[in-house]
Amino acid sequence: MQKKIMLGNEAIARGAYEADCRVAAAYPGTPSTEILETIAKEYRNIKAQWSPNEKVAFEVIAGASIAGARALVAMKHVGLNVAADPLFTFSYTGVNAGMVIINADDPGAWSSQNEQDNRHYARAAKLPMIEPSSPAEAKEFTKLAFDISEDFDRAVIVRITTRIAHSQGVVVLDEKMNVPLRPFERNPQKYVMIPAHARPRHKFVEEQMIKLREYSNNSTLNRIEWGSKKRGIITNGVAYQYVKEVCPEDSVLKIGFIWPLPDELIREFAEAVEELYVVEECDPFIEDHVRALGYRPIGKEVIPILGELTPEIVDMAINKKRPANSIPVYTSKIPGRPPTLCKGCPHRYVFEVLKKLDVVVNGDIGCYTLAVLPPYSAMHSQGCMGASISMHHGFELARGDEMARNSVAVIGDSTFIHSGITPLIDIVYNKGTGTVIILDNRVTAMTGHQDNPATGRTLMGEETHQLDFEQLARAIGVKRVVKVDPKDQETFERVVREEIAAKEPSVIISLRKCVLV
Amino acid sequence: MANVIFAGVGGQGVILASKILLEVAKNAGYDVKEAEVHGMAQRGGSVDCHVRYSKHVYSPLIEKGTADFVVSFELLESMRKLEYLSDEGILLVNNFRQDPAPVEAGLEKYPEDLESWLSSNVRKCYILNIESILKEIGNRRIVNIVMLGALSNFLEFGLDEWKKAIETQVKEKYVEMNIAAFVKGREYRLQG
Repeated sequence: MQKKIMLGNEAIARGAYEADCRVAAAYPGTPSTEILETIAKEYRNIKAQWSPNEKVAFEVIAGASIAGARALVAMKHVGLNVAADPLFTFSYTGVNAGMVIINADDPGAWSSQNEQDNRHYARAAKLPMIEPSSPAEAKEFTKLAFDISEDFDRAVIVRITTRIAHSQGVVVLDEKMNVPLRPFERNPQKYVMIPAHARPRHKFVEEQMIKLREYSNNSTLNRIEWGSKKRGIITNGVAYQYVKEVCPEDSVLKIGFIWPLPDELIREFAEAVEELYVVEECDPFIEDHVRALGYRPIGKEVIPILGELTPEIVDMAINKKRPANSIPVYTSKIPGRPPTLCKGCPHRYVFEVLKKLDVVVNGDIGCYTLAVLPPYSAMHSQGCMGASISMHHGFELARGDEMARNSVAVIGDSTFIHSGITPLIDIVYNKGTGTVIILDNRVTAMTGHQDNPATGRTLMGEETHQLDFEQLARAIGVKRVVKVDPKDQETFERVVREEIAAKEPSVIISLRKCVLV
Repeated sequence: MANVIFAGVGGQGVILASKILLEVAKNAGYDVKEAEVHGMAQRGGSVDCHVRYSKHVYSPLIEKGTADFVVSFELLESMRKLEYLSDEGILLVNNFRQDPAPVEAGLEKYPEDLESWLSSNVRKCYILNIESILKEIGNRRIVNIVMLGALSNFLEFGLDEWKKAIETQVKEKYVEMNIAAFVKGREYRLQG
């Protein structure tokens, strides 16, 4: 029996390999990135790729599944927002070979713009969701997800959180299974969602939900660990580990099959214990369900809805104990150490100039978002991938030339490819005059230096066509396209001044390699 | 069994030190768990890793007040982790000082009294000056391994087991340098 220490993300990659997954796609996003990186590095028999964004990755995987290959797509929580369109409709089509969606939530927003709880997606899209609580389970659950997917004709969502994705633990390795390609049968009633096909497929989806609820009640992923019946705690994911750590005497209902929840098992547990708790990170997802079943658990009134849980938070909430040592408190101020742009980072040159020009900066998602902090303090809006360009246009519509002549959009190379192209088309089509600066550092930097369509290399390390931003912008209809090295501060400043002043759309390609590459 | 927190600044190799300790503990038959930080937080910010090994480990995070060791690669960073230390816990601090951005920008001050404060307020506190070791090895990126070597004096694993773990976690051409750095750290005369 071979044992290896793995990150949760590496364990998921291993699970996919052992389940004979054949195709995998993703867009990098913390805390999910290492799943595809590990597949590409360790399990070369799987065709793995970075897609331009999560929606594309999702659809590639839906295609691979329907064509007969076990397939996996991985993304961070906000990535599933981008892929929500296919999520809901490929719920209706179902699968052919197993299709698994790895979704990584980020409670605490360690490296994200929000703390959304994607368990709601499982209920909304009517798809089964399972949730491991350790790297060892991450591997096993991923493998099982392929089986559930095929048994119930549903894509299966495996939900992890940062503390599963980026925590290491011992994983037992098994041999790779051998799962042959399934035949592709032309079946438009199942795979072409015109309204006449969608309505009967919706009925199928609801029927499968009833079967899945039954499965959830009997699944080994949900289990009662009886202890003292004075107190019973329903919990899931990494919170289960905190509960076991600080409440070793209590009875625990561990939920690994998050949706549909196991009603019968919850009833059995709730009836047997004197005091009932629900300990879960993020929203009261399980708690609301337990309440709907008619019970009155203690949950979010003591367990925070904000941030991630920790053992001491659970200890304080349940045991009313404040873990501490007797070291006195240091009374002077300890300066914080926020993340910063690296020394020599090309973004520094860009924001030196933007700060000096004192323009409104519509920002985007990447390392450069750090320019919102001192010493630059030069970013004034930011929300999601690609929004810099579309919001920049909205600013112009609201305030006209006065705003357009005093503002820019800044967006990284990979973010531009992900979701920046369509808003640039929007500006040109709707006669905007904004200035877009593509911060082209030749890599997807913040998530750990991944390749993208502009680097000319694939995830598997092969040479490929290199996307040319200048040609692309011109094809969209932008007539003013300037390529400039921001380290040449004088030229860069002149170019920014000229392009902002010009009363037509312009793209500045600020080209300089990331210092860490 | 032990609960160990490694703390430092992004780029100081906090994760590598954790991986070596995890490996050595796993090879000795322990269950191990660890929690680390990736992504935006790593860009020059505060970084930590929680490492736990025991017969069976549940939580990857160490509960406040229960760490047996806090090993900090930078002086200021040790202050953020003190609440994790148990009363019997041992603090190992590299006295190296790296100004955070707000200090560089002149907005805040780096406290000057940290070494004396730690010495008088933390019962088992060892402050290391490893400058001469770094000069001797000729590489400033092995702070993590020197500190791990210092920590190893308090743990049950033998030098050969550490060497074996380092070999599996470090690129082949750097193994020799890392082992040399580890041994220097292990031989460092700790004064508490």
